[in-house]
Amino acid sequence: MDRTLAELADSGDDRLVEIAGVTGDGQVSWRLREIGFCRGAAVRFVRRAPLGDPAMYELHGATLSLRRSEASRIRVRSRAS
Amino acid sequence: MTELVRLGTGAPSGRPTRIAILGAPNSGKTTLFNALTGHRAKAGNYPGVTVDRREGDLRARFTELSVRLIDLPGVYSLEPQSEDEAVAVRVLRGEFGEPPPDGVVVVLDATTIERALPLVAEAAELGLPLCIALTMIDELKARHGEIDLEVLGAELGVPVLGVVGNRGLGIDDLGALVAESGHWTRSEALREAAQADTPEQRFEWTYGVLGRCRRKIPRADHWSRRLDRFLLHPVLGPAVFLTFVALFFQAIFTWATPAMDLLSGMMDGLADWLLTVVPDSLPTRLLADGVIRGVGAVIVFLPQIVLLFTVILFLEGCGYMARAAFVVDRVMGWVGLEGRCFLALLSSYACAVPGIMATRTIPSERDRLTTILVAPFATCSARLPVYTLLIAAFIPADPVFGPFTWQGLTLGGLYLLGTAAALVSAAVLQRGLRRGASLPFYLELPPFRLPRPSDILLGVWDRAKMFLRRAGTIILCVSIVLWFLLNLPRRAADPELSAAANQQAILEGSYAASVGRFIEPVFAPMDFNWRINVGLVASQAAREVMVATLAQIYAHEDEEGEGLGGVLAGVGDGSGEPLLSRPSALALLVYFAFAMQCMSTLAVIRRETGKWRWPAFTFVYMTGLGWLGAWVTFLAATAAGA
Repeated sequence: MDRTLAELADSGDDRLVEIAGVTGDGQVSWRLREIGFCRGAAVRFVRRAPLGDPAMYELHGATLSLRRSEASRIRVRSRAS
Repeated sequence: MTELVRLGTGAPSGRPTRIAILGAPNSGKTTLFNALTGHRAKAGNYPGVTVDRREGDLRARFTELSVRLIDLPGVYSLEPQSEDEAVAVRVLRGEFGEPPPDGVVVVLDATTIERALPLVAEAAELGLPLCIALTMIDELKARHGEIDLEVLGAELGVPVLGVVGNRGLGIDDLGALVAESGHWTRSEALREAAQADTPEQRFEWTYGVLGRCRRKIPRADHWSRRLDRFLLHPVLGPAVFLTFVALFFQAIFTWATPAMDLLSGMMDGLADWLLTVVPDSLPTRLLADGVIRGVGAVIVFLPQIVLLFTVILFLEGCGYMARAAFVVDRVMGWVGLEGRCFLALLSSYACAVPGIMATRTIPSERDRLTTILVAPFATCSARLPVYTLLIAAFIPADPVFGPFTWQGLTLGGLYLLGTAAALVSAAVLQRGLRRGASLPFYLELPPFRLPRPSDILLGVWDRAKMFLRRAGTIILCVSIVLWFLLNLPRRAADPELSAAANQQAILEGSYAASVGRFIEPVFAPMDFNWRINVGLVASQAAREVMVATLAQIYAHEDEEGEGLGGVLAGVGDGSGEPLLSRPSALALLVYFAFAMQCMSTLAVIRRETGKWRWPAFTFVYMTGLGWLGAWVTFLAATAAGA
């Protein structure tokens, strides 16, 4: 079952998951996909900022920070083993 | 052969071959640019350091031909969302008032090449000859990542080179490759990749290519993760940060003072020596009092400037800046801004001019405007001399806790005051300005990297030179003009009175005194005397001029050699009144924290917003707030009996 990246961060789940897609089709979604949050990419939640938001994610060997509002647009699923 | 190369690049003879450097933010473009051209453009370990295009000639040791390199701001894609990205794309498409470049070096960070390769597919669409420089290959190996560069070159059909920019590895090969740009081919493989229209299609192509290059994604950097666990800890992180900042402010007083005293003694000695060896005349006095004492009073703050920039450059180089933005992003969210606005604000602590330029990385027009308007509240390095002078004179050096004294805490408080003013004004402005389209906020957190000491030293050296140049130009000019205003009209010396008393009489009747007295009603509520008022008027040219002015005005009252600060806080001019009361001094500090006193900042606000309305608004708003803040401070300090 799909979850969002924000839900992943909320539950503190730091397993590697796969991106299923990005909700919405405006500029926000386009840019998130351009920077690598694209269907099929592997992503991992790393930690949240001291004040709870944003959160750090590991994507393609890089570390990126996303706010909750953006992370909740990104749907993820368990990686097919 | 030479002629063929030129023909190959399509550059008409007589014009240098122009090669653009394109790449994602923080992929190391500027470091490569510096290595290839011998320039010392500012680089840092966080995204968005370069916001404008910059040119330099390829070093002569690589080629006899004239090759010009163009360093561009980092882009994630060629569909720009922010002003800095738009600059890069306009240069590449030849829409910048100049023809498109003859070739492009695409810089890719080898550790994050999955996210960077789609940019190559987009760049292929431009139809320009390409080559690829893969940076940070040392880090890739250290983190157990892999990639086969030969296969990558064959897959892409363009030259591919691995380099380590900051250690100079592979730079000779890259220089030779750039010199031979005429041999770069337009690749068939990339032409196919350029057909991709969506991010999904570009990434599919990327995964395919990298799979054949036996790519292994590097592990997370061990040290960065450990440091993050500590520095981003909810309790330890802020505690470490605050301790560090407090130590820095204390160091401004404790460590920099000996160096300052030395410089200050040298300046005074020079002025006194000049007066003894050269016959006393007006030109001698201009040189001794106007130039040496006036400008010298500013130059003595060089140790503080060096300390400030050593810290700033270290933080920028090691990767902490992006972490700081990550930590306070939530606070910025309450204010209605985002982390990138915070990065622009952070650079404003050095100087508001580059800080305002850095707002080009902010995609939202509204957020960008707000950040531009509040950035001048950040405590810039020009305020530091004024703060240090007044604090050292009026705040006791009594210890508070450990190595911390009231002086260090007051300085820290003033920085906090500027920050609070910026954030509160931002919150107010964000409510008043029209809302734009919503754009995503993302920030790349680079691994921690130890900056090379030589890079920091050279950077500090450049900043010190800039400070001295400022002292030697604008501050010198204003000091000379002020000297005339303070010493004219001349009057016949009264033989009954001492030299100092005669000088005093000239000063009291000078043109500058008239100006100072004329505006006295404005600052009367804070009890500023006409001398302070002259300083306030003069410091509209540059904040440091305040120090130069006071040094000139009080040059003759320093009979016991107690220094400018001592004179200010001392028992006074013979009438028994102190020259400046402590409440007035505190009010003056707050005025400097808020008021807009910088012509360069106003000019850059005009340029970046394209309207006169915004610098005018900033001036009125900040200076008004400065006056109000000073008045409230004066009242409060008087009531508290300070």
